[in-house]
Amino acid sequence: MAILTENLPDSRGRFGRFGGRFVPETLMFALEQLTAAYLEAKSDPTFQKEFRQIMADYVGRPSRLYYAKRLTEHVGGAQIYFKREDLNHTGAHKINNAIGQALLTKRMGKTNIIAETGAGQHGVASATAGALLNLPCRVYMGSEDIRRQELNVFRMKAMGTQVVPVESGSKTLRDAVNEAMREWMATVENTHYIIGSVIGPHPFPMIVRDFQSVIGEETIAQSFEQFGTLPNVVVACVGGGSNAAGMFYPFIPYSEVELVGVEAGGRSCESGEHASTLSYGQPGVLHGTFSYVLQDHDGQTSPVHSVSAGLDYPGVGPEHAYWKEIQRVRYTSVGDRDALEGFALCSRLEGILPALETAHGIVETVRIAAKRPKHERVVLCFSGRGDKDCAEIARLLKL
Amino acid sequence: MSAIATELAKLKAKKQLAFIPFITAGDPDLETTVSAITTLVDQGANLIEIGFPFSDPVADGPIIQASYTRALEKGIKILDIFTRVQELTSRPDFHTPLVGMVSYSLIFRYGVAEFTFAAKSAGFAGLIVPDLPPEEADELSQATQSAELDLILLVTPTTTLERAKKIASLSRGFLYCVSIVGITGTQSAQQQSLQQYLERIRTVTDLPLCVGFGISQPEHIQRLQGLAEGAIVGSSLVRCLHEKGIEGLKQQAQKLAQATLPTQG
Ligand SMILES: Cc1ncc(COP(=O)(O)O)c(C=O)c1O
Repeated sequence: MAILTENLPDSRGRFGRFGGRFVPETLMFALEQLTAAYLEAKSDPTFQKEFRQIMADYVGRPSRLYYAKRLTEHVGGAQIYFKREDLNHTGAHKINNAIGQALLTKRMGKTNIIAETGAGQHGVASATAGALLNLPCRVYMGSEDIRRQELNVFRMKAMGTQVVPVESGSKTLRDAVNEAMREWMATVENTHYIIGSVIGPHPFPMIVRDFQSVIGEETIAQSFEQFGTLPNVVVACVGGGSNAAGMFYPFIPYSEVELVGVEAGGRSCESGEHASTLSYGQPGVLHGTFSYVLQDHDGQTSPVHSVSAGLDYPGVGPEHAYWKEIQRVRYTSVGDRDALEGFALCSRLEGILPALETAHGIVETVRIAAKRPKHERVVLCFSGRGDKDCAEIARLLKL
Repeated sequence: MSAIATELAKLKAKKQLAFIPFITAGDPDLETTVSAITTLVDQGANLIEIGFPFSDPVADGPIIQASYTRALEKGIKILDIFTRVQELTSRPDFHTPLVGMVSYSLIFRYGVAEFTFAAKSAGFAGLIVPDLPPEEADELSQATQSAELDLILLVTPTTTLERAKKIASLSRGFLYCVSIVGITGTQSAQQQSLQQYLERIRTVTDLPLCVGFGISQPEHIQRLQGLAEGAIVGSSLVRCLHEKGIEGLKQQAQKLAQATLPTQG
């Protein structure tokens, strides 16, 4: 049975009851302008061709669908495949969206880009797109994250991007989003805000999902090519939810394929100790969208924790909230300690250092594969490589 | 007519701009907030906006955001705000209409009907919701109407007339006109464009127009004479209270209130 979600979001930006726009009126003009420009670009073959060309020549797409033989043998169950987004230029899926939105910026005749970043991966991707397409770029980053992610801060600066420290609130990703949104309000005439995940007000969740959908589309084609059928299960980690949305969206109509999203379980399921928005949160409004959120009783955003900076976000994309509600995707969580073990296991058995975000997905993939027969296949969206996390992991594992 | 509409009509008859100061509830504590409110009333405030601290305020500038952070660090709760405001508004000599400035995130979590009911019971006269566009405002609009609270929404210089009409039709008491493209506490608008902007908005509504964002000096207020019905001042007062206490707030409010009086000659 196919579920029709192709025409979501609706014209108000809703996925079922989730999504929409909860922003100051100042932003409405820009959001409507962006929606119109995007819908035009989406149906313009020239724009699509340019996007695909850069994806191929510069990013290195299609990324490989790789059979993880030793990990599969170690687990002894279903066959494990990695969709290798870590092999993209800049080392994660984030580049797909950054390039797409930078092209859109040019199309709208805007001259500057801004972005927010937590771990720095989206900041690096935006800095890269800015350099490639000659768009001066400023990246907002919590001062706490700047301290933790030295390597990525250097990469951004080396590409000519200005990294703006955010000192407000918790000094992490969610404050960087607030600050970028604010900055956008004041500069919207010539500046585009490249949001880094499927979050924020409509049309951002749709735009980011669409640019990331190249992941799922390639995976479907490669599955038929390499093993003649669709995988049984597809797994992805969920921070804001962009790699997962890009992987899942093309699979949504194939109801025989199980989809599993993995959130950060952190240290425990106590409030403030994790970032599992869909597992432990409730519906609410944050960063301009109605989705699941982690809030206290009063509606104040809760502190979040994860060993992985890219999953450390108290909200999640509204389409994931919708997929949870219609039970098309199962969401679960994996804790810090297990994720570190997943990192070690994958590194030793496959010679691939995963990003800590991805390591959460590895753990769930192994758990699923262990319970399934050998002829079945589990595909993990291998969202990024682990170089950026090495210093932190060495510190935690005392290597 | 609502308390807000009555007050604004009375001032208009006197050709006087409404002086509408903003302060943050619970910065540094609710005792201070209550004395700040009574100080502002003594200095001639006609309506007072009370900001409900929120962890992720996108519409507010750095000064107001910092005041929210300070209040939240002290553990302020919505219920405490309602309790203290209720004590204040039930004093027999207190008549100044109070308007809550609240993010929709907080209202949604509290429950739309529950929040409006609690605000009304506490004695609020209206609610300003800076992050709620008209497309999403139906539920709150109905709830505020049944609670007899004025819902005050915002228009900006980039709002089309068609949208402004819709926003005005959902608003009661007054229409909040953002004077600049941007956030609270930043630069002020150019005079000519301000005049054109307010004249344009007037073509779609009979509501009083109160101008906020970027109003921090007596000159900014004087410029609104003859163009608008009220001047909303936030960041500069929040900063005075934080840096110089009640006495500093009093002096600044006095200067600003003076500027709302009709100019002589
Ligand atoms: C490698 C990697 N995977 C996953 C994420 C989480 O983001 P999302 O859920 O939007 O894919 C990040 C974010 O920084 C990342 O760098």
